[in-house]
Amino acid sequence: MSETGKKKRDQVETRRPDGEFDPEIRVLLADLSQEEGSLLRCLQRVQEHFGYVPDSSIGAIAELCNVSRAETFGVLTYYSDLRTVPPAAVLVRICGAEACQSVGSRELESEWHNVQEKDFSPASVETAEVFCLGNCALGPAAMINGELIGRVTPEVIAEHVTSLLAKS
Amino acid sequence: MKVFVPRDSAAVSVGADRVAAALGAAHPSFEIVRNGSRGLLWLEPLVEIEVDGVRHAFGPVQPQDIPALALTGDYLNSDLYLGITDQLPWLVRQERWTFERVGIVDPASPEDFLAHGGLSGLKAAMAAGAAATIEQVTASGLRGRGGAGFPTGIKWKTVANAVATSHAGAPLGSTTHKYVVVNADEGDSGTFADRMLMEGDPFTLLEGMLIAGFAVGADTGYIYIRSEYPAAIHSMQRAIEISREQGWLGSSILGSDFAFDIHVRVGAGSYVCGEETAMLESLEGKRGMVRPKPPLPALEGLFGVPTVINNVISIGSVPAIMSRGAEAYAALGTGRSQGTSVFQLAGNIAQGGIVETGFGVSVRELVQGFGGGTRTGRPIRAVQIGGPLGAYLSEAELDVSADYEALAAADAMLGHGGIVVFDDTVDMATQAKFAMQFCAEESCGKCTPCRIGSTRGVEVIDLIVRGENSAGNKELLEDLCEVMRDGSLCAMGGLTPLPVLSALHKFPEDFEPESQRRKESV
Repeated sequence: MSETGKKKRDQVETRRPDGEFDPEIRVLLADLSQEEGSLLRCLQRVQEHFGYVPDSSIGAIAELCNVSRAETFGVLTYYSDLRTVPPAAVLVRICGAEACQSVGSRELESEWHNVQEKDFSPASVETAEVFCLGNCALGPAAMINGELIGRVTPEVIAEHVTSLLAKS
Repeated sequence: MKVFVPRDSAAVSVGADRVAAALGAAHPSFEIVRNGSRGLLWLEPLVEIEVDGVRHAFGPVQPQDIPALALTGDYLNSDLYLGITDQLPWLVRQERWTFERVGIVDPASPEDFLAHGGLSGLKAAMAAGAAATIEQVTASGLRGRGGAGFPTGIKWKTVANAVATSHAGAPLGSTTHKYVVVNADEGDSGTFADRMLMEGDPFTLLEGMLIAGFAVGADTGYIYIRSEYPAAIHSMQRAIEISREQGWLGSSILGSDFAFDIHVRVGAGSYVCGEETAMLESLEGKRGMVRPKPPLPALEGLFGVPTVINNVISIGSVPAIMSRGAEAYAALGTGRSQGTSVFQLAGNIAQGGIVETGFGVSVRELVQGFGGGTRTGRPIRAVQIGGPLGAYLSEAELDVSADYEALAAADAMLGHGGIVVFDDTVDMATQAKFAMQFCAEESCGKCTPCRIGSTRGVEVIDLIVRGENSAGNKELLEDLCEVMRDGSLCAMGGLTPLPVLSALHKFPEDFEPESQRRKESV
């Protein structure tokens, strides 16, 4: 095993017995983790609570759900919704699927990218591609902190982001 | 005065909430109902005003329109007036069964649901008995609207005949179950019918699940909804709570000894979880990877027990079939594609939205007649039917009948009924490459041809358009597609070749290096 690999493993091992969020997670998952096949729902609940699934919580989640850490990590990294780092204050999701492509989502994405680079910091705004928001007749579509917007333009995204940042 | 302002996500995405607020402020005496959408999405926010029991449509309404309208109060003479809603040609030409209440009722009102014929399908089923219900569903000709087109009645019969079992690995003597699972992981681009039914008429979906549960002898239902649909999740959860209060879910439904409960489960951003076995894995809390079949989910499904898995539209069609009659439903459509299909007009289209009508309408009638051509006003060049795994049709092919068999004969597929229109600015090599990129991104990784072939596909298409051994690489792409088609367990790898090869065969000029250079120089 390489030096970095070993170091990584040791770090994870030392975190295991006492993750910094363990007590909180035990309360959070007390009822749910007893249900059969609830690992994914537990991970979703942890993310809902913290905004992400902290690395140091994997041990506690695995133990509560009575599955291995490997299985927990496997499920956590399989689903694109689940994240292991905290999100920015505003999350912009732009649809990049065919129906939105047909009305210029590729151009929208690159134009918004330029606006974001110029006007917003990486800590405040994060942009991700999503495949279909179910608004395919009124594209291009975007979802900003959970709010769906149709026939969207870079200017409209900027307006929404600015007003959300002002509130936060 | 009663005013309807849709709370459908699509309507809200273009300002319906702000319109409702403006109306409320201008007319505190108005009763504002937040209904689903009537499906004329290009006119959203489409507001309806009820006068003497007749609903009049206005749209698209913006919040700034309200003060002027309110000032005169003369709504029926405004520029935004469209006419009596039920007489709008777009709606008159449709046959609404599955969507008969969507946009009409208040989705949060059980009273409204009952007043518009809600639960009459369940009552008919319970009066007829389980076996007769399955016969009715079979006689209606209803086939899976998720895309596979498998006869729903036959699937139900398989589960009805299966013996309820306890969960795989459970201790001996554990409770036995059968399950009903509704697939609401509507991930195909160009489709939104599941979302609109769940947001606009959630009780109908629950009623369909109850009928299925009654017919096959199941005790629990799950609705697996994608996380990208927060409003649909909320709508279904609210409808379930209301139904429990009403006694429509629980231990003695409608006073009988039939017991059934329903739970919502939320996806986590994986397209392949729309494949039924991957969805079962996800419902069991695991990575959403495809299972080999057999065993069929009808015999060993969720947690290993017999499970009915139906798409939202399939199961949402059952209440209307039971209440209005299987024969009348089967009389619609054409050949073996019986009943109605809920088509969704999407992409670069002037008049996008929901068209529910009998199978057999031509694609041209849908995109030109209903859709009015492209939104940009440019000529249609290509149409993709059935989502990201569906074939591209050229403009010349649009006269094909929109039904399972005719589309299959044209090397295409209906899928979930989504139709995405592209104008003449589309580059089909880019679209073919995207199909491979999407497969690479969303493949669950179980089958090598899908997992690795998709990445190879992206590379090979790049080589073709760059003019590097084009002829040889085109042959390689055909080979690769054959391996993906024949060597993948599910439709992800198996059908990705459909958009890729249809683009290559029907639009070969876009794969010529000269065409690419010309585009870059423009």
